[in-house]
Amino acid sequence: MKKTGFKSLSKASKVLATAALAAGISLAHAADTIKVGVLHSLSGTMAISETTLKDTVLMMVDQQNKKGGLLGKKLEPVVVDPASNWPLFAEKARELLEKDKVDVIFGCWTSVSRKSVLPVIEELNGLMFYPVQYEGEESSYNVFYTGAAPNQQAIPAVDYLMKDVGVKRWVLAGTDYVYPRTTNKILESYLKSKGVAGKDIMINYTPFGHSDWQTIVSDIKKFGSTGVKTAVVSTINGDANVPFYKELANQGVSAEDIPVVAFSVGEEELSGFDTAPLVGHLAAWNYFMSADSKENDDFIKQWHAFIKDDKRVTNDPMEATYIGFNMWAKAVEKAGTTDVDKVEAAMIGIETPNLTGGMATMNKNHHLSKPVLIGEIQDDGQFDIVWETDGLVAGDAWTDYLPESKNLISDWTAPVKCGNYNTVTKTCGGAAK
Amino acid sequence: MMILCRQIVAALLLMMCALSQAQEGSLETLATQLIDASYREKAVLAEQIAALDDERSLPLLSALLNSALYYKKDDQRILIVAEDDSITDALSNEAVENLGRRDKKKIGVNNSLRRTLRNLISQAQINSRNPDIRLQAATNLLKSSADVEPEIIHQALAKEQNDAVREVLSLVQGLILLASDQAAERRQGLAALDGSLYPQVRASLNQFIQGFSEEEKISRRDELKMAEKSLADIETLVSMNGYIENLYFGLALGAVLLLAAIGLAITFGVMGVINMAHGEMIMLGAYTTYVVQQLLPQHIGLSLVVSVPAAFLVSGVVGVAIERGVIRHLYGRPLETLLATFGISLVLQQAVRSIFSPLNREVATPEWMAGTFMVNPALELTWNRLYIIIFSLLVLALLALVLKRTLFGLQMRAVTMNRPMASSMGIRTGWVDALTFGLGSGIAGIAGVALSQLTNVGPNLGQAYIIDSFMVVVFGGVGNLWGTLVAAMSLGVANKIFEPLAGAVLAKILVLVFIILFIQKRPRGLFALKGRAVDNA
Repeated sequence: MKKTGFKSLSKASKVLATAALAAGISLAHAADTIKVGVLHSLSGTMAISETTLKDTVLMMVDQQNKKGGLLGKKLEPVVVDPASNWPLFAEKARELLEKDKVDVIFGCWTSVSRKSVLPVIEELNGLMFYPVQYEGEESSYNVFYTGAAPNQQAIPAVDYLMKDVGVKRWVLAGTDYVYPRTTNKILESYLKSKGVAGKDIMINYTPFGHSDWQTIVSDIKKFGSTGVKTAVVSTINGDANVPFYKELANQGVSAEDIPVVAFSVGEEELSGFDTAPLVGHLAAWNYFMSADSKENDDFIKQWHAFIKDDKRVTNDPMEATYIGFNMWAKAVEKAGTTDVDKVEAAMIGIETPNLTGGMATMNKNHHLSKPVLIGEIQDDGQFDIVWETDGLVAGDAWTDYLPESKNLISDWTAPVKCGNYNTVTKTCGGAAK
Repeated sequence: MMILCRQIVAALLLMMCALSQAQEGSLETLATQLIDASYREKAVLAEQIAALDDERSLPLLSALLNSALYYKKDDQRILIVAEDDSITDALSNEAVENLGRRDKKKIGVNNSLRRTLRNLISQAQINSRNPDIRLQAATNLLKSSADVEPEIIHQALAKEQNDAVREVLSLVQGLILLASDQAAERRQGLAALDGSLYPQVRASLNQFIQGFSEEEKISRRDELKMAEKSLADIETLVSMNGYIENLYFGLALGAVLLLAAIGLAITFGVMGVINMAHGEMIMLGAYTTYVVQQLLPQHIGLSLVVSVPAAFLVSGVVGVAIERGVIRHLYGRPLETLLATFGISLVLQQAVRSIFSPLNREVATPEWMAGTFMVNPALELTWNRLYIIIFSLLVLALLALVLKRTLFGLQMRAVTMNRPMASSMGIRTGWVDALTFGLGSGIAGIAGVALSQLTNVGPNLGQAYIIDSFMVVVFGGVGNLWGTLVAAMSLGVANKIFEPLAGAVLAKILVLVFIILFIQKRPRGLFALKGRAVDNA
């Protein structure tokens, strides 16, 4: 145990040393490398999810360098640790852009961290790729959103439950912060537009890291025992899911009776516990590790070789990072420079393979077109894909199901060039370029 | 076809049947069709397989239900993978060996297919010799009574001797009768369902009542009345059970709070050290459980028992080290102690993150801690919480015994009450301080073992409990074990009373507001220490 401790400590110090070294020699070699900033928490609460993405970016950089880098230059990663501290995200982003002069940033997980970074990136005209599913209602000139918008995850999942499973009663359970609140607001208005009565929707919020789920699970059980098919749509945040699922299993809520479809539970979250009692509960993503494609097999192989542990799983935000990185590399080559404005223009319309066997396209609104998959949890912690959309779904920055954003679109090409363009009043709501 | 085949077998030669096995409708063809079928087609195939009079069909369907049915990629043989990873051919029962991971592929199932399969298997198992299997089968059929062949239940009821199974079976029959188009049968069904607390019965009655049209409400008034009366009776009983359940939830939450806080009741309560690293002691205990489980992978139950003393030792030793290394120099300086221990907590968290990775670790739950203990169909108590309630009380009792009945306990109380006096009596106060802090930390480690069964084992485990622990100790009265017990239980129950009314977020806030107000009135908590100790505190 001590050995591994020293090993990872020395690994950590190596990373620190390279980071320090990078900072030191950056002046001398500024022109020789293209700098890739990595803004993911390596300590604190979010380290559990974000460390993996940092490793993914490092792996992608490593591979690109093996292929000879970009524009004849080597890529050089600059890793910083914003420590799950939202204001620190903004500071670190400023540091990356002003001091390290990075050409692109891959980073952020939670919506608060993204919102905190946003003004800095816009002020300094940086470029960021955000790889996590989120609540939408945003489109910045300087950010490319490679995770799912609500219409690429939540809405198709609800459609699947409604049409294929015949669900008529809904529990919307979430952690009390911006992503679940907005998603549930969208879902509630969507369900009501489909004729679901208010009494058939139960909405429940819990604090971050909630661990005592007895009452809520028992309430869900009661809500679901009226003889009408009931499902739980869960936007419960990462860590709180383990006790939630444990309580579900203990109180005997099986997926056959009340299926739970989750938007924040992937292979990585499941690697923390025994999934045998959870078989059949669902998750909606754009990627599952079990996807049957050559790209996916290669990616998993590379990942295992890079991380030196063939038990590590892959997940959806990793695919989003993979797509984002490849698109950026392609756009840089197309533009022939790393200049943000030129790369931004080159990005739109770029196509790269996704890991599920198709192509991902970057749209005018800085969101991707990707397939949506529904998977059922298996007893080995993997998902079995039981349903997928017929074609690709284009990410919608502004949902059509909320009155305040119904008329808004985002289009970063001429002549609109606006992140929140009102199609009725024909005006731009502010974020224009 | 199958019947024909059997006649041929009976009349003619075995060989003839062997030839006809490749025919349409035999288990062989049906099973092979499973490989490429969609989920809906699989459900139809499963029904056809269940209808076959073949002793291989039940194991095959069970394997499909448990995701243990595979096929070999090259020759499409159907395989069953047992729990010990041994593989047999589902049709010939021969053992299959030397199969690579990529050579076989699972035959997938989804939720609706699982429901169909469970129903089909239960219909077959209703005639099993084992009454436990029969009871389980009957309970499963209760959930899908609409898809059950009424004749099967009728026959099973006629020969059933076991009372428990009979009761459930007659409910299944009641549910089937309720859906009948004969008024007399429906009434019979209503009578059979009267007073049953099974949620399925309640759901069916609800649906039954809502299914009445305006005209039927008059023409079938007596049925409606009968159904409404039984539903009302059932609802009353269910809501009474609901109160008991809520109380149980409260006590269970209280037990968790108690476990988390007992250690702090010593380090903070008795010694007066504001120990912000208390949560990390709990975390270390949980990680110890993980390590012990890695060392004893085959004995999950035993590993948990071994973890209790192991976690006590690990957290205790770390506690003694912290006391000797840092806190010793800071007695009487609460602000510095607070900052120092807060720093230690961050160091411990990051150390664990570096050693074990920031990802959560999997701690398995032994079988005897999973599932529920059924008092009645409307009141099921989860085993894991029950064990934790008992465990927390045991830990408290043991600690009280140590404090009240041992020499160490006596010395400890003496030192905390009057240090110079104790010292002049020959007690090595420094040594007692270290051991006391170690004891408190060790008990936090034990709490970690219990919490590993409920929540994430990750670097942030302790953070979630530190505030709650301080809350309990302050509310209960500093330096008083009974106070800690009463405070933990009453906070747990209060939380669970507020929660259904106000939601989890608001319930937590309400409890905090209540404590703030309470501390204003009684600054020393529920059970204030009296006498000389108060002056020193």
